[in-house]
Amino acid sequence: MNTVNDNILEVRDLKQHFRIDRRHSVKAVDGVSFTIKRGSTFGLVGESGSGKSTIGRTVIRLYAPTCGSVKLNGRELGGKLTLQMKQYLTGRVQMIFQDPMASLNPRKKIIDIVAEGLDSNKPRGERNELVYAQLERVGLSREFAGRYPHMFSGGQRQRVGIARAIITDPELIIADECISALDMSIQAQVVNLMKDLQTERGLTYLFIAHDLSMVKYISDYIGVLHMGRLVESGTKDDIFQNPIHPYTKSLISAIPEPNPLTEPHRISRVYDAPAQGIVYANGTERYLTDTHMVLATDGELETWIA
Amino acid sequence: MTDRFAFAARDNAAADKPVENKPRWAETIAVFSKNKGAVIGFAFLLLMIILAIAGPMVSGYTYDGIELSRQNLPPRIQGIERLGIFNGTLGDRNMYEAKGYGGSYFWFGTDKLGRDLFTRFCCGVRISLIIGAISALLNMIIGVAFGLVSGYYGGKPDLLMQRFIEVLNGIPTLVIVSLLVIVLKPGMMSIIITMGLAQWTGTARLVRANTLRLKETEHVLASKTLGTSTVKILFREIFPNLLSSVIVIAMMSVPGAIFMEAFLSFVGLGIPNPEASLGSLINDGYQSMLLYPFQMTIPAVFFALLMLALNIIGDGLRDALDPTQRQI
Ligand SMILES: Nc1ncnc2c1ncn2[C@@H]1O[C@H](COP(=O)(O)OP(=O)(O)OP(=O)(O)O)[C@@H](O)[C@H]1O
Ligand SMILES: [Mg+2]
Repeated sequence: MNTVNDNILEVRDLKQHFRIDRRHSVKAVDGVSFTIKRGSTFGLVGESGSGKSTIGRTVIRLYAPTCGSVKLNGRELGGKLTLQMKQYLTGRVQMIFQDPMASLNPRKKIIDIVAEGLDSNKPRGERNELVYAQLERVGLSREFAGRYPHMFSGGQRQRVGIARAIITDPELIIADECISALDMSIQAQVVNLMKDLQTERGLTYLFIAHDLSMVKYISDYIGVLHMGRLVESGTKDDIFQNPIHPYTKSLISAIPEPNPLTEPHRISRVYDAPAQGIVYANGTERYLTDTHMVLATDGELETWIA
Repeated sequence: MTDRFAFAARDNAAADKPVENKPRWAETIAVFSKNKGAVIGFAFLLLMIILAIAGPMVSGYTYDGIELSRQNLPPRIQGIERLGIFNGTLGDRNMYEAKGYGGSYFWFGTDKLGRDLFTRFCCGVRISLIIGAISALLNMIIGVAFGLVSGYYGGKPDLLMQRFIEVLNGIPTLVIVSLLVIVLKPGMMSIIITMGLAQWTGTARLVRANTLRLKETEHVLASKTLGTSTVKILFREIFPNLLSSVIVIAMMSVPGAIFMEAFLSFVGLGIPNPEASLGSLINDGYQSMLLYPFQMTIPAVFFALLMLALNIIGDGLRDALDPTQRQI
């Protein structure tokens, strides 16, 4: 397979700086690179404020990137967007949002919410049939179409959000913490649904979360983000079997263990970049294997591997 | 499958009953008509509108017909006069007999120039309602458009537009109103224009504040990622969500405009004689309040009821347009 078909999304050295005033700006994302293989799930983890949402929103062009390249199916979408490129992006990338209440307009009926992505000049009957089909696909009855969002539970609303995202038949779906507002059993249902849709339609996910255990379950590849930089990325096994970066290790050590006998002995590792003398700006991307990348200096890499 | 979460035990979700898919306006009317207060208020408003249109035709008098021989007659209504009220007596003298109008009936009495007050009242309601409605409409259109644009686009345009509003707000409303009315010379048109110009800044600020909040919500972001046009985002995603506060403001601005017109009548800048408005009628009656209390009481009571009705209608409308108030 050639690279153009293999990688649906290639992000190179993406930066997103928000200007606060003339002198200050927030470097929400500061030089991040990753690629996502078609049909796979890329999990993006990191603490609150590390820039996960910003990456997702920049990829889908809710924000224009400060600099860097974003390639979708080999087409450059990083710079100024022409109307044509914008349409190309809209047709192929969709988003599922975090807050199941806020992401649905409380004044619109479900049918109109789900149909929003369709060309509005589609004939009414055809449009409605398509909406019913999506609703049924995500496990909601077509009877729900005439209701308003507040009449649903959080899990049902998130299903509506998924139906809205898949109705235009996108290739890549950015799921920004789309399950963190739901309770455990509902999270499982929604994740199962997303997995089924993936096998059915060959979807690719950029799955953003701060909960490493859920990311471990759903992702093929994982990127660990901290302070706007990708400190480590690789396949699920690279990250969980062979974590190198102390931040990754600290995140993994924080996952509670389901075994009540070992859980009390679990040691959470503290991570404090300045105290450990780690300056991200000095590090460069180092590949341990084809897939496994760590952001480090020569010296750091040696001590971490040893 | 090993790859999936499995549920230990699972019961079927309670069966859902289908919801009728009625169009928006039908739902709105259904909810509105369930609100008794709002329906009564609406009926009262309708009655006033009918009076304003048809009143002068049925009264048999004109609003400006002066007849000094029938000055200051108290109200007299056929039928009801037998109950001992509205029988044309002042003290215990029947003023109608005394002045030689034994066969006439003036439902609301006459004023100091002998004009029929019922006819004048109907004309007054007409003018006050027109002033109130049009200036509220102007207020809403200008305020919403200004606020939406200012809030949604932000940045430089927002900065300029807000400074402009602040400058306008810095000048006391009364000064603007009085100056404009003098420049445009008193009359209904100039009062409407002035009212529209004086009130919209408050609406614009409210709309802008709400727009700033709403444009960051996830459903607006979702619309953007779905490729929805800016105009549609403004009118389908943002505007419906601030409609309820705009309606409340608009309904409050109708009484506001009528009051302002009444005030202008008080200082002599209102509707010029012989035309009448609710405000000028109350003002005229007020001058002989102790001798002929009916001249002021009747328009004042209707004025108060009208304000009340408008406020109740506004509340009912707001609830009816808000689907989150609706249950399955
Ligand atoms: N529009 C904006 N203007 C200015 N600063 C912003 C903006 N959006 C995000 N930021 C800043 O960028 C940083 C990254 O924010 P982001 O929302 O991407 O974090 P996150 O990783 O998604 O966190 P969370 O897990 O809490 O959602 C934060 O410090 C935030 O304050
Ligand atoms: Mg976020």
